[in-house]
Amino acid sequence: MTVRIQEADFDLGNELAALRAGDARVGALASFVGLVRDLNDGSSVSEMTLEHYPGMTEKALAEIVAEAKNRWEIYGALVIHRVGPLRPCDQIVLVAVTSAHRGEAFAACEFIMDYLKTRAPFWKREATPAGARWVDARDSDDSAATRWQK
Amino acid sequence: MSVKILYFAGLKEALGLPGETVELPAGVATVGGLRDWLVAQGRDKLATAKNLRCAVNQEMAGPEVAIKDGDEVAFFPPVTGG
Repeated sequence: MTVRIQEADFDLGNELAALRAGDARVGALASFVGLVRDLNDGSSVSEMTLEHYPGMTEKALAEIVAEAKNRWEIYGALVIHRVGPLRPCDQIVLVAVTSAHRGEAFAACEFIMDYLKTRAPFWKREATPAGARWVDARDSDDSAATRWQK
Repeated sequence: MSVKILYFAGLKEALGLPGETVELPAGVATVGGLRDWLVAQGRDKLATAKNLRCAVNQEMAGPEVAIKDGDEVAFFPPVTGG
């Protein structure tokens, strides 16, 4: 179970290969990559800056991954989240999970991502033609996380 | 008692400071009490901020959570990562 917060980009192929390397129990690897779009809430976005709460962010993500491990039979999990300045098309976040079968890998990957969106202390600030603005939290992210509480 | 306060994102920007260490008078013993006290000290944005979140020692905390000497208390807007 690995959690990394970094400014640098990551190589998706290398990360996924390392996550499952040498583990013949793994029959499924599910991954999600979040990317910077050039449009949000009706405005074009030329740059984005991600701020976080050092210390709490790592702790919150480790707790989310541990919770996923309690709920599903997963072997490995990796979360990489970038901070600092990012531009459209850049990778922001990677969540990857290995397990014996796809059902658990898909579910755990989606769960980690949904919880990350509502519980990990990151904040986005976007540069738009009208000036810089802090991104507002979305209600749809709260409902996405809430459905796992059933 | 003394607590370390941290502010993040839009709140940090609105207040114009990343944090402060404050000496609390007796009677200020919860997150909600601390917020009210900070507002009274002129941190008005803590009163008007929408859906303000709080963490005590890096764990999410509601207004009823107790605070003690040496705690790290953070105030911030709803998170928007991912």
